[in-house]
Amino acid sequence: MPKSLTKEKKNRVIVTVLGPDKVGIIAGVAQILSNNKVNILDISQTILQEFLAMVLIADMEASEIDLLTLKQELNTLGQEIGVRIDAQHEDAFSYMHRI
Amino acid sequence: MLTMQEIMETINMVQEEKLDIRTITMGISLRDCCDPDPKKAGQKIYDKITRLAENLVPVGEDIAREFGIPIVNKRISVTPISLVGDCAHTEDYVVFAKAMDRAAEEVGVNFIGGFSALVHKGMTGGDTKLIQSIPRALAETERVCASVNVATTKAGINMDAVYLMGKVIRETAEKTRERDGLGCAKLVTFANVPEDNPFMAGAFHGVGEPESVINVGVSGPGVVSRAVSRVKESDFGTLAETIKKTAFKITRMGELVGRSAASRLGLPFGIVDISLAPTPAVGDSVAEILESMGLERCGTHGTTAALALLNDAVKKGGAMASSYVGGLSGAFIPVSEDAGMIRAVEEGALDLNKLEAMTCVCSVGLDMIAVPGDTSAETLAAIIADEAAIGVINQKTTAVRIIPAPGKEVGERVEYGGLLGSAPVMQVHRFSSADFVRRGGRIPAPVHSLSN
Repeated sequence: MPKSLTKEKKNRVIVTVLGPDKVGIIAGVAQILSNNKVNILDISQTILQEFLAMVLIADMEASEIDLLTLKQELNTLGQEIGVRIDAQHEDAFSYMHRI
Repeated sequence: MLTMQEIMETINMVQEEKLDIRTITMGISLRDCCDPDPKKAGQKIYDKITRLAENLVPVGEDIAREFGIPIVNKRISVTPISLVGDCAHTEDYVVFAKAMDRAAEEVGVNFIGGFSALVHKGMTGGDTKLIQSIPRALAETERVCASVNVATTKAGINMDAVYLMGKVIRETAEKTRERDGLGCAKLVTFANVPEDNPFMAGAFHGVGEPESVINVGVSGPGVVSRAVSRVKESDFGTLAETIKKTAFKITRMGELVGRSAASRLGLPFGIVDISLAPTPAVGDSVAEILESMGLERCGTHGTTAALALLNDAVKKGGAMASSYVGGLSGAFIPVSEDAGMIRAVEEGALDLNKLEAMTCVCSVGLDMIAVPGDTSAETLAAIIADEAAIGVINQKTTAVRIIPAPGKEVGERVEYGGLLGSAPVMQVHRFSSADFVRRGGRIPAPVHSLSN
């Protein structure tokens, strides 16, 4: 059993933002991550038509909160500024695209 | 490192194309719950299920949130109750169904399977009592599902059991008359039943299984349908390749969720069932996949070939993605649960004969089909016998989940709501099969050396 499948192990998460482009989206997300000691490893973004699609990979190793709490904070921010923000465990992507 | 495209693809599958994990099903052995006193046996059943499955629902919800993929159902399957009840001094097995129902409610699962008997070669006392208790058990409980295996390739078809099931289905419909015969939606008659199927209504925990186990059923007709419509002009090789790759990705999610759930619950991981299971939601339909392949309506000529290609490509992709594929693993074609199937029936493109042909090349069989309320037990039994024959001869699982809708005629509809959907009442043959069905006995097992 890979260690990343167990609940205790804090690990890398993938934060995605989808929605109309606005000022301050990245700043808001980065603020939440930094407040919770989540280290940003990589950011990439693209504009699809008028929509912003941002993907951010972050490390939760040093973080004191769990993924579900982080997810809630990000969801709340998303609702405030009118975009969809989600955080998912990296395994959800790597399992599908990598063997 | 993952690419942006890969990440967006996964997100799209979940948000736009309705990819989900259909069910995490916990199998629980109840073989240590036998007791001569039926009340004590019922209590043991309740205690064991609630003890082992206590954390099933919260763990499922945690995983769904962390991975960001919906897990639609958390369910339980148990040892066939005919085995557990055999030594109890009672004629009435409804007491066990009620214990299962209470336990399911307590732990928060919406269905529990295993009010079952395996009678492909003959019936024990316990089997007979269980089957006779089915109509009341399904009428008096909410969550319990029943199944009976009446045939295998090795044993042939137990026609006594087939006829009895015809009568039981009628009685079950009658007992749940005020809800359009809903009881029949929770009752499956099988040939070659698998012991590790996580999907309801036919799930039970087989005798070769461990004490407790986690099995997972994936889904995703919407994802496959979108992928198929992206290769509209291509040849069959490309089409099959596209479905295969998509099935691979879907199954990987199932494997991840199954292994995570098993690890967190401290149980062994059993299998991923790679069936494409539709829901009544638009865009989550197996019929739609067949239509994206180039058929004007599901049910027209070419449908069986399209379904065969789909089923095989899904299996090939799924088998590469998980080391433990099991259960039913194919495409489901339940009429009431698939918006495209319902439309095809209502427009006259799809009838019972074509559905029967389609069951030759996919899992599982005639599923969630409503027929007129006055359909005789003999006709229902003959429909079951036909399906069982297809399964037995082709060494595959087949099943019948049919609802003689009380008081309804062809053209009317039954409504169940939720995942069970709604079904148009379909025409059955008006010529009798009664003298054939009433012969009794067993249709012998087929010879397999002369295979044509």
